[in-house]
Amino acid sequence: MCLAIPAKLVEVHGNEGVIELAGSRKTVLLTLVGDARVGQYVLLHAGYAIEVIDEAEAREVAALQRTVFEAEEENQ
Amino acid sequence: MTAASKIEDARTALARWAEQAGRPLTLMEVCGTHTMAIYRHGIRSFLPPNVRLISGPGCPVCVTSQGQVDQIVELSRRSEVTIATFGDMVRVSGSASSLERERARGADVRIVYSPHDAVSLAEALPSRQVVFIAIGFETTVPTEAAAVAEARRRGLRNFTILAAGKLVPPAMTALLESGELELDGLICPGHVSVIIGSAAYEPFAANYHIPCVVTGFEPTEILDGLAALLRQAAEGRAEVENLYGIWVRPEGNRKAQELIHRMFRPGPSTWRGLGAIPGSGCHLRDEWREFDAAQRFGVAEGEAPEPPGCRCGDVLCGRLRPYECPLFARVCTPENPIGPCMVSTEGSCAAAYRYGRERSE
Repeated sequence: MCLAIPAKLVEVHGNEGVIELAGSRKTVLLTLVGDARVGQYVLLHAGYAIEVIDEAEAREVAALQRTVFEAEEENQ
Repeated sequence: MTAASKIEDARTALARWAEQAGRPLTLMEVCGTHTMAIYRHGIRSFLPPNVRLISGPGCPVCVTSQGQVDQIVELSRRSEVTIATFGDMVRVSGSASSLERERARGADVRIVYSPHDAVSLAEALPSRQVVFIAIGFETTVPTEAAAVAEARRRGLRNFTILAAGKLVPPAMTALLESGELELDGLICPGHVSVIIGSAAYEPFAANYHIPCVVTGFEPTEILDGLAALLRQAAEGRAEVENLYGIWVRPEGNRKAQELIHRMFRPGPSTWRGLGAIPGSGCHLRDEWREFDAAQRFGVAEGEAPEPPGCRCGDVLCGRLRPYECPLFARVCTPENPIGPCMVSTEGSCAAAYRYGRERSE
């Protein structure tokens, strides 16, 4: 139930944002984080961003997820 | 570095530190999402023979008391009430019924993805009383608090919550104080930590001399976390290590913490398997009382016995492995679950059933 996923913010309108995830766009609430900017990455839980980081930091996450993806490919 | 070599490095590190520790070691993960990932990726197959990994009370649906499930069922029976809930709760059985069975009998039960959706539902159904079942740990409680604040902002008089949120550190204290388990390390809940911060575990490292690690949910992150715990044990250290620093700050998410504090006061809460734990429940403060479904509908949480033969309480505290329960996979299956640990996708029993018993050992 505490599942949370990272996603890139592509629009910000006050307390609402739009994220892009796997090619689709979705509205998220930014009530629980401070100033979030377009281009940053949010950690999404139950429709709310619960944390926000800069793109540079998020690249590490992306790199990590790629290695995991490779591992799963290798296992198949 | 490829994933395969990362995993091989982790395996080498686990073997090295386990050997150096030179004694049996028991580690516990306290997060249902970790439990699921550990079974899914067969993490236990990487553990050296002297290391045991057990699951703690990390699944919010599973730790909800039987009396509270009965309370939820009771609320759904009110003709004016529409229940809005996270999906996992629907199939959990109370003493006599579940939301699923009540829905078949005509109760209005809706699954929502976000507490915010429950607020919008109330606005769309002005003739109904929408009750959101606000279960969850620190990760989820701020989203529920934000939804209640939004309901007040919109002036909704037909939205309430069943305030059933739970706090993890008091449960960890209760588990350690019980003296039933000799734990040599804790994998702290990753996304709870985003909110409460890694510093929240310092008292556990200091007072119980227990190594703590905050880590992510990918296989390499979990393996690195386990290796860090074994290393601390081998070197006789007990510290909080944060390997999930990309999302977890020592102080956590202050804004979310303030919102929790503004709306809820800590009070007693009953956990399946652990009983009543002081300060572990999120009770609505007086100034938010109008949003309290238990008060509005006069439905209290009573005491209720566990389903006959069900050992979820023992599984949740790491006293029993899922397959050690006599009902596991014989009477209790995901299609016909007896206890909540087989219902929730994050329950230890559901994970053990889905990903195989042998693989888990």
